[in-house]
Amino acid sequence: MTYIAKPKFHHPGLPKNDLGFTHRDYEGKISTLCAGCGHDSITASIIEACFELSIEPHRVAKISGIGCSSKTPDYFLGNSHGFNSVHGRMPSVLTGANLANRDLIYLGVSGDGDSASIGFGQFAHSIRRGVNMTYIVENNGVYGLTKGQFSATADRGSKSKKGVTNTDNAIDLVAIALQLGASFVARGFSGDKTQLVPLIAAAIQHKGAAFIDVISPCIAFNNHAGSTKSFDYVREHNDAVNRLDVITGRDPISVDYAPGTVQVVEQHDGSRIALRKIDADYDAHDRVGAMTFLQKHAAKGQIVTGLLYVDPESDDLHSHLDTVETPLNTLEAKDLCPGTTALDRINASLR
Amino acid sequence: MPVQSPISSVNDFVVRFANVNGSGSASANEMFARSILRHGVPVSPRNIFPSNIQGLPTWYEVRVTEDGHLGARGGVDMMVAMNPQTWDKDLASIEPGGYLFYDSTKPMPASKFRADITVIGVPLTAITNSTYTDPRQRQLFKNIIYLGALCALLDMDPKLVEQLIGEQYKGKEKLLSSNVHALHLGRDWALQNLKCPIGLRIKKADKVGDRIFIEGNNAAALGAVYGGATVCAWYPITPSSSLADAFTSHCKKLRHDPETGKAKYAIVQGEDELASIGIVIGASWNGARAFTATSGPGISLMTEFIGLSYFAEIPAVIMNVQRAGPSTGMPTRTQQCDIIACAYASHGDTKHVLLLPEDPAEAFEFAAQAFDLAERLQTTIFVMLDLDIGMNHRLCRPLKWDDARQYDRGKVMTAEMLDDGRDFGRYLDVDGDGIPYRTYPGTHPTKGSYFTRGTSRDRYARYSEEGSVYADNMQRLVRKFETAQDMVPRPLQANAAKPTKYGVIYFGSTAPAMDEAIGLLEANGHQLDRLRIRAFPFHSSVASFIADHDFVYVVEQNRDSQLRSLIVNENGIDPVRLVPILHYDGTPITARFIAGAIGDHQDQLKLTPLRKVKS
Ligand SMILES: Cc1ncc(C[n+]2csc(CCOP(=O)(O)OP(=O)(O)O)c2C)c(N)n1
Ligand code: SF4
Repeated sequence: MTYIAKPKFHHPGLPKNDLGFTHRDYEGKISTLCAGCGHDSITASIIEACFELSIEPHRVAKISGIGCSSKTPDYFLGNSHGFNSVHGRMPSVLTGANLANRDLIYLGVSGDGDSASIGFGQFAHSIRRGVNMTYIVENNGVYGLTKGQFSATADRGSKSKKGVTNTDNAIDLVAIALQLGASFVARGFSGDKTQLVPLIAAAIQHKGAAFIDVISPCIAFNNHAGSTKSFDYVREHNDAVNRLDVITGRDPISVDYAPGTVQVVEQHDGSRIALRKIDADYDAHDRVGAMTFLQKHAAKGQIVTGLLYVDPESDDLHSHLDTVETPLNTLEAKDLCPGTTALDRINASLR
Repeated sequence: MPVQSPISSVNDFVVRFANVNGSGSASANEMFARSILRHGVPVSPRNIFPSNIQGLPTWYEVRVTEDGHLGARGGVDMMVAMNPQTWDKDLASIEPGGYLFYDSTKPMPASKFRADITVIGVPLTAITNSTYTDPRQRQLFKNIIYLGALCALLDMDPKLVEQLIGEQYKGKEKLLSSNVHALHLGRDWALQNLKCPIGLRIKKADKVGDRIFIEGNNAAALGAVYGGATVCAWYPITPSSSLADAFTSHCKKLRHDPETGKAKYAIVQGEDELASIGIVIGASWNGARAFTATSGPGISLMTEFIGLSYFAEIPAVIMNVQRAGPSTGMPTRTQQCDIIACAYASHGDTKHVLLLPEDPAEAFEFAAQAFDLAERLQTTIFVMLDLDIGMNHRLCRPLKWDDARQYDRGKVMTAEMLDDGRDFGRYLDVDGDGIPYRTYPGTHPTKGSYFTRGTSRDRYARYSEEGSVYADNMQRLVRKFETAQDMVPRPLQANAAKPTKYGVIYFGSTAPAMDEAIGLLEANGHQLDRLRIRAFPFHSSVASFIADHDFVYVVEQNRDSQLRSLIVNENGIDPVRLVPILHYDGTPITARFIAGAIGDHQDQLKLTPLRKVKS
């Protein structure tokens, strides 16, 4: 058997959240990824964020495409339903799932191969439709599962493990998500959990399309000198615009950062994001500004991380379609079927 | 040329209108067909249109058929030739003794006509130009004027036509009166200047009954509404777009919460077919009834996801309105050419359920039933329409629904069942029918969750590439497909008046032509038992029908006898016993064609004695 279950041992002293759950309740199966893979750190951050938000694990639907990154939903929230769909097509499956039941939390996990190549169209359209989801791309600049080919996010001029230089321009998914109208756009680094966990927590609280690009080095194929997605390179070139704290609606807000460097963003559901601005000039409410900022830093070879844009007034696909509050998957014949009287009228109109 | 007497026929002839796409003739032509229906005389109209928007030729054919034959007949008794571009072809298609109706504003040399037909000229352009100044009005009212002239020529009751115009322009008094005026302009001119009526006539009858007049796509869309579809994702493609459009408009009228005004449905125009089927699969996985409507090229794109639906066992409904392929083929022409592509869609070993409706009434029933089947079988169900039923109006029995009918959501394990300690293995064959239980996401805090994937897994949905585990699952899928045999609509058999060694198998939109062909064949002494297949997997009666006959003709509208191949493949039948009767030029099959082809084969059987080969 190639499947590995986690031993069901709970340490009595583990910290518990509001629901009385421990971290273990947010874990899944044991990862089969390479030791040290950035994706495993993202898994850990997702677990941490869901723990901190006291989410009921079974109320999450975790959907992915195909790739090492897309395998990760099996490694967190073991009590929730996961769906490893087909390569690059996570966004449509997630969109459908979301339409069927607006009450669950939707977590889409994808790779850069998955989302920036075969699934580029689906990525773009799910964002522009404003599907209420947290869309995480675990971006390592290579195809991990098929052993190290350049992906479309690999920077021009960067080198593969075999020493080949990439001559194609890179797709910056963050820039695209901004352009497409994502109402929450962030970039994280798998090696910086302090920044990543609150980004994921805030994205989950956000109503609408929340996109997080997480640079996630591939230990096996993209962690060498010459790669712009290696741990060392990202640490050296990371330029964080902010750090955040996420305060759920229930908690009173108490932050005491130096004036001028904190911005509190209240979201639709009452949750608040306290943005500790490292770059005092950075305004996370300015979509156009964010785009320019990103381009300027990219030109200097810097990787901007943090919450780059948020629209606290956002809405989602269900608001656009004006669907009923009741999840569509619970409607039955009595709610849906117009019945014989209506059919008789229709028949009469067709004579 | 022998002297040809003009065709004389009451309530049984074919009128074809030759127009230019974009000239606004469609509504006048349709009104012509509907007016005849109002006389109590059945009609069977067909749109013949190019895959462009403006300027190219289009035809609209109305078969007037007191006997109620709804297949295409072939041949034209009266051509309303309004398109100079296609004049020669149109003229040539008129039956000897037929009629040509044309715009006689400009004189034409005798060489432009045929001696064996009756030529009827009406100076349409002259009449419109002297009545209207606006060019668009001239264009549109010209169509109503020829409708008026036809009323006089065919002896139709103008009141009935006026009544129809009244219904169409209800509340728009100005349009109503100007249309009625144009109608009378044409009628009066014809009555004053032509010999009316001609040999072709409409006489009031009582042959329509309570039947309705509807397009298959519209009926299938209503089926989806009644069947409880809440999610529709689609991408525009002829000839299926009108199905999604109809679903949208029915939902707008029938599916809004009366208190909040909110929609009890979600319709997404996908960015392509890949996304459309992905949305359907995501929604169905999460317990909603979802479907997409598409045609051949869309099916090609969807096949990877269809394989996922089969292997991961996720319900999906695909309404496939077939058109002529391969590739872009003839996008606005009809065929039944996706049988194999749909039955075995995707890589690896797969088999899918196909429903094969014959007319709009069945399209409605099968579309609604498809959602029950998809959920019961947890797999893709194809509703196989085609352009001929999808985009043409057909007379059919009224749509029927039983208000007591509940949706069959199949085997869904609830939180209560899990709490009761029921063993949940997502791919466990508890009942021996190959159909496992599923749970919807979010059902229970600690029980019943599983990971859906297209990769091999064991009965408890745990990833496994163990050979025996994989084979076990594939075998169960075969069992499930066998179970499907008894769930899908059964074939319908009708026997010849006398015992016979010959049978015929047919399906879908071929049915009306086949029904009529049987009469023609009988008249020539050929007796045939009939079996109309309504679904794949094939019911056991298909094999026994074939076993009971020496030869069975398989009539279908594709080049490669796809249904026949499927029967041979699935039932291990000797192909020699199945004689293909194939029609695939993109036009709907006719009774004349079927009777001709089968008759020829029957004659050959009788005429060619078996001779011993000399060694
Ligand atoms: C239609 C299709 N084409 C190709 C593949 C092969 N394939 C599997 S994973 C993958 C790329 C994965 O790369 P990425 O999404 O970046 O994820 P990573 O493994 O790097 O995390 C490819 C090309 C496939 N599964 N399906
Ligand atoms: S190949 Fe790369 S991406 Fe895949 S598991 Fe190994 S380190 Fe991670």
